[in-house]
Amino acid sequence: MRTTTSAASRETASMRIMVAIKRVIDYAVKIRVKPDKSGVETSNVKMSMNPFCEIALEEALRIKESGRASEVVAVSVGPAQCVDTLRTGLAMGADRAIHVEFPGTLYPLSIAKILKALVDAEKPGLLLLGKQAIDDDCNQTGQMIAGLLKWPQGTFASKVVLDEENKVATVDREVDGGLETLCLDLPAVITTDLRLNQPRYASLPNIMKAKSKVIKKLTPQDLNIEIRSDLEVVQVTDPPKRKAGVILSSVDELIDKLKNEARVL
Amino acid sequence: MANVVAAYCLLRRSSRKLFDGRQNLNFFGSIRFVNSGLTYNFTRTRELSRQDVCYSDQIVSKHICFLRASGNGVLTSFPRGEGSGFQIHCRYLASMASTPVRNKSFSTVNSDDIIYFKKILGEKGVVEEEEKLDDANTDWLRKYKGSSKLMLQPRSTQEVSQILHYCNSRCLAVVPQGGNTGLVGGSIPVFDEVIINLRSMNNILSFDKVSGILVCEAGCILENLISFLDNEGFIMPLDLGAKGSCQIGGNVSTNAGGLRLIRYGSLHGSVLGLEAVLANGTVLDMLGTLRKDNTGYDLKHLFIGSEGSLGIVTKVSILTPPKLSSVNLAFLACKDYTSCQKLLSAAKTKLGEILSAFEFLDINAMDLVLKHLDGLRDPLPSSKHNFYILIETTGSTESHDKEKLEAFLLQSIESGLLTDGVLAQDINQASAFWRIREGIPEALMKAGAVYKYDLSLPPEKMYDLVEEMRGCLGATNG
Repeated sequence: MRTTTSAASRETASMRIMVAIKRVIDYAVKIRVKPDKSGVETSNVKMSMNPFCEIALEEALRIKESGRASEVVAVSVGPAQCVDTLRTGLAMGADRAIHVEFPGTLYPLSIAKILKALVDAEKPGLLLLGKQAIDDDCNQTGQMIAGLLKWPQGTFASKVVLDEENKVATVDREVDGGLETLCLDLPAVITTDLRLNQPRYASLPNIMKAKSKVIKKLTPQDLNIEIRSDLEVVQVTDPPKRKAGVILSSVDELIDKLKNEARVL
Repeated sequence: MANVVAAYCLLRRSSRKLFDGRQNLNFFGSIRFVNSGLTYNFTRTRELSRQDVCYSDQIVSKHICFLRASGNGVLTSFPRGEGSGFQIHCRYLASMASTPVRNKSFSTVNSDDIIYFKKILGEKGVVEEEEKLDDANTDWLRKYKGSSKLMLQPRSTQEVSQILHYCNSRCLAVVPQGGNTGLVGGSIPVFDEVIINLRSMNNILSFDKVSGILVCEAGCILENLISFLDNEGFIMPLDLGAKGSCQIGGNVSTNAGGLRLIRYGSLHGSVLGLEAVLANGTVLDMLGTLRKDNTGYDLKHLFIGSEGSLGIVTKVSILTPPKLSSVNLAFLACKDYTSCQKLLSAAKTKLGEILSAFEFLDINAMDLVLKHLDGLRDPLPSSKHNFYILIETTGSTESHDKEKLEAFLLQSIESGLLTDGVLAQDINQASAFWRIREGIPEALMKAGAVYKYDLSLPPEKMYDLVEEMRGCLGATNG
């Protein structure tokens, strides 16, 4: 079947955008630590797409809708239920999805290696990720994969402008001192920050279409990657509860407390 | 439809009689069409005495506290409309025709009374400062203002009983107050009644994890109860936009419906017992915690919905349903009211046991909300739709529920009941959709003066009311 595309987009991109998304505990859920302190309670808890990954996917879709890309591929690494998150991605508008199934714990370096294998196979012109996942807050995957691929990276993006002619992406980054603007040669890795865009809702017509979209299943072995964790979680505990404030009756008492209890004087 | 027109004509006639020909379309609020066919109208009262005039005025413009009653026995109650998300935005900003007159047989508060109250409640329990009284005297919509000079905050049923006993002996009028989130002016004084605010009675007394029965004091804020139950794996059977401030005692006294009525039923079913203090200070302990109790007469049902006119509710024992993990929310668009009704029937059949909320709003309500509230965006921006529907499902298995809901929605689109829709993909999106629906009263308040009535109508007649009113008021107010 011939797909009709406008003249403009036919000229420009056959650029493919790959977006890596992660299935995490829903942002609004109250987290509970497991009694044995080995981790956080995840059974029977609502899971959703990592908010930053949502933003990354939204940006990819907007780039495609503006005619600068031809295809958006969503990828995810994790247990079988990741398919749900990928379906959400497809319902938002991604064209197809790849699921690398692995039931165990995954750390950023392993993800980066898997993504590198996928990038080598799919050859996207742009790799978008969320800046960090809200469950581990690592903020490492984007940077690591840029290193492995030897691609330029624009992290904490709050604005992305693509120039297809010169194959350059201009990225505004949110840094401690304010905003920094970088020019990256494509292909590049961009990780998204909160203010980049507001993700769209999954509409019913798109959810219908998503049912017929393909989710390719792979395993790390298919990509010749051995998952090895160099890290071991020893213990997970709640942060200490805030102690109630104390109302003091005199300055002397304050000085005494600062000296002897808080030990800051 | 004929019913509506007939009652409307009756009201116009009666309104003229009562208020010297000044046309008052607000009287619509006094007619109650329920399936039982009960219609209550003013022409039924015999010779209209001066008292009746004041009464009717008060009945229509707000819910009165019966403790101020002259023993007339005119009891009107206005059950909440089920699941209706529309409000009538009235163009007429003039207040009610004649002002009610304070009944002279009620005394005024004097310094001896204050001394007595301070003795019982302590300094903190007696509030006389202007600023705090200002809030307590004004209703949530800022439409009505009482002139009470005294607010009491009892901490226990015993204190409530003592206060009421004293007020009864001194013939001091009182008004019970909870969260003061009522939208029809029922929680504030009309004149200078003593305000009895239950906010200090906010203890959770007990919770049985096996049966899910919660016993708490009437001043507990609904949201706090919801959080407490959340930790235990249960939820409250009612949920409303005002949950951050409303108190359970008020909810019970007004028989609040809320968003989950369609799933968990009304409070008449969920409240297993309550403790109330009557006007003369007698404490009625009906605080049963049994799921079924047929001993004696079930008096608690009289209190539920009686709006404080029979007594002040001080403790509530309520059955709470277990918290289910899988919640899905869809925001949908329909082209006309008939489709909305058909969608409701279809939802009840196809979604069955997992349907937990069904709310509808029309385009005017949607526009107002988007205009006046920050941080909200239209979930269906691609085109303007006449009606929007919120459907929520709650169940125990995510995959099963999602499949069921998606199948139902897809089928509804194919059969033409729906024109468009979105499905919330995470809790934040779901909260955003709910904020649109729950924010309607707030948006209305920001838009201008509101005349608000709680009407119960048969579902098929509901929107006729809106169209009829629009016809009367003219299309200019939007």
